[in-house]
Amino acid sequence: MKSAVITFPGSNCDRDMDVALKKFGFKNKMVWHQDIELPKSDLVVLPGGFSYGDYLRCGSMASKSKIMQSVINFANSGGMVMGICNGFQILVETGLVPGVLLRNKYLEFICKNVFVKISDKDNAYFKNIKNNVLELHIAHNEGNYFCTNDQLKEIEDNAQIAINYCNNQGKIEKSFNPNGSIKNIAGIFNKEKNVLGMMPHPERMIDPSLSGEDGSLFFKNLINNIK
Amino acid sequence: MKISVIITLKKDVLDPQGKVIHQALDGMGFKDVNEVRQGKYFEINTKETNPKKAKDKVEEMCKKLLANLVIENYKIIDAQ
Repeated sequence: MKSAVITFPGSNCDRDMDVALKKFGFKNKMVWHQDIELPKSDLVVLPGGFSYGDYLRCGSMASKSKIMQSVINFANSGGMVMGICNGFQILVETGLVPGVLLRNKYLEFICKNVFVKISDKDNAYFKNIKNNVLELHIAHNEGNYFCTNDQLKEIEDNAQIAINYCNNQGKIEKSFNPNGSIKNIAGIFNKEKNVLGMMPHPERMIDPSLSGEDGSLFFKNLINNIK
Repeated sequence: MKISVIITLKKDVLDPQGKVIHQALDGMGFKDVNEVRQGKYFEINTKETNPKKAKDKVEEMCKKLLANLVIENYKIIDAQ
């Protein structure tokens, strides 16, 4: 299984993602943002970080960089594209997934472990995963998911919500929402569910020496689904 | 030709920075402020000399990059 991770100026989770993908069996290639063509891939990842220093709006400059036209074409032809954290911000700026990510409600940079409930398993990312709740890491200043009421209705009607912030029992409540996002949304799909954007970092939870291994469950399941 | 653009958050979008600035102003004694909304201001210096054409181009820039129309409105201030 082949994957590609795009590096933008200011990306800082690209190498972590490379390590994670390789650990679970992907043949990964790093791709520079000024490249024009993507290598042949089963999965393209937009990593976390602070692309272009978060200038203008987080992800807005990266969404216009050279490689992104290939990524958009790849996604529109059904290819799997996953954006983590800043990668999610880039995805919303391209319009591949609906909505925007606003500044966190209490204006704090949040860096901690959270629980997320997998809200939809009818997709290539979470199909067959045994757990309903994962403990993952978040680290962001702009993770407050927002969309218009019309968009929200469409997202709910199409079951595009991927994961919601919850407690360790999977209970989705406002008190478990770290950043003020609508409906505790932590990650969403496009309509066809081949594009996934999410704030939590599964690549940070892939080793016992880190603070957990629920990311391993995600990646093991992911590569099995793609095979 | 110089064209200015002001980007503001739409009415129903939460503006936590504006709220904090409002609180700070209140604390400084500016008690009659109803609300503060923070926005962005751009000055675009273009080679285009036809004001209508320049304005149209800037409008395209707003739609494609400068504003995110899900949460923001833009206002183009006439060419000078």
